Amino acid sequence: MRYEFNWGLLWREPYFDWIVEGILTTFHLALLAWILALCLGIVIGVLRVTNSRLLRAIGTTYVEVFRNIPLIVQLFLWLYVVPQMLPREFSFWWNRLDNVPYWTAMIGISFYTSARLAEQIRSALRAIPPGQFKAGLSTGLTQVQVYRYVIVPYALRIIIPALTSEFLTVFKNTALALTIGVIEITATTRRIEAWSFRGIEAYTVASLTYIATTILVILFMSWLERRYQIPGLIKRGEARV
Amino acid sequence: MDWQVIIANFPLLMSGLVKSLQLTVVSVLFSFPLGCLIAIGRLSHRRWLSGASTAFVNVLRSNPLILILFWFYFLVPLITGRNVNDLTSIIVAFIVFFAAYFAEIVRSGIQSVGVRQIQAGLSSMRHIVLPQAIRAMLPALITQCIVVFQGTTVVYVIGYSELLHTAASIAERTVRPVELYVTVAAIYFIVCYSASRIARHFEKGAA
Repeated sequence: MRYEFNWGLLWREPYFDWIVEGILTTFHLALLAWILALCLGIVIGVLRVTNSRLLRAIGTTYVEVFRNIPLIVQLFLWLYVVPQMLPREFSFWWNRLDNVPYWTAMIGISFYTSARLAEQIRSALRAIPPGQFKAGLSTGLTQVQVYRYVIVPYALRIIIPALTSEFLTVFKNTALALTIGVIEITATTRRIEAWSFRGIEAYTVASLTYIATTILVILFMSWLERRYQIPGLIKRGEARV
Repeated sequence: MDWQVIIANFPLLMSGLVKSLQLTVVSVLFSFPLGCLIAIGRLSHRRWLSGASTAFVNVLRSNPLILILFWFYFLVPLITGRNVNDLTSIIVAFIVFFAAYFAEIVRSGIQSVGVRQIQAGLSSMRHIVLPQAIRAMLPALITQCIVVFQGTTVVYVIGYSELLHTAASIAERTVRPVELYVTVAAIYFIVCYSASRIARHFEKGAA
């Protein structure tokens, strides 16, 4: 294998600016998509544990549809199909936005992720013993208070590991946004490779971005988990032994 | 809407689906055994072996598949020193990438059977641990196969004519993106949903 390395290339114009912009795009796309996915996921996750059969069916259909279609196909649907289904005024407004691919990617990734998050939220809610709820009521708390002081704090702690891995999945999935024309970090390094034929240097930047972020997120979340740990709280999985 | 375009191009779409499925099967057939080896490596007492296996799994799992595909697309011709066809690079990338995921499934499967049984000797690995572990892992393995199948859409960026790329080029030629992408989404949904029902069947059977 013969290959001459030229790492200095990455600091040169215009590549350096591209890289900074690419990394920033990846970060805010991932964060926005994750926040939106979390909001949607909580709603759908709660729908799936309600007593109403209709609401549960809606939740299940939502999860199955968004989970069983590959993300790139979903992105194409959001980009090419959905705007044609909407009222004409809306699609005019939509198409005149700056950076339509970016917003399309954000919506597409959010919906895809929300189905996965809904499943995690459902199993976290299921992991809370029903006795907790009744015990809360019997101590004189109102239903809202039981949720506020017992169920939600409990569920949040159970779900931290799942939220961590889902965030990392979203973070990696932002790379697929390049298929609809978003220039995030993977697309950037692909472009640098095409311009300079320096594939190893370029892809190393992207890989290190993903690896470093993964490590930081895992460290932060395990710190969070330890910081808010309740001594004696039964961990998930051990609860039913 | 003009669904005539789907009927006219149906055989072409089906040949794309067959290519997607072939890529899935080849990837799973090679990355699962590789994943088993890596999983056993991770549980090894030899530091260097467990360290190297862990690093392999963590590095690959923290990168997106599309980036790994670009890496191999660039590296495979460089390492072998000659031009290889696109499919070779794609297959190598898929095998390496998904081996990391299979390794995690197999490792947690082995650990669920119990470390004490493993400590009873390596010969027990083959006769006692692995059969139990595989039964415990079956739903996760099928789910992972669905992930591989969904992952084949990523090779769209390279231009290999699997289902999505076939549909995209028909859409471009006929200017009927709505009909084609809706159809393709339905095809992926049918395949993945059926496979996930099978996974759930085994999940219930094991419990």
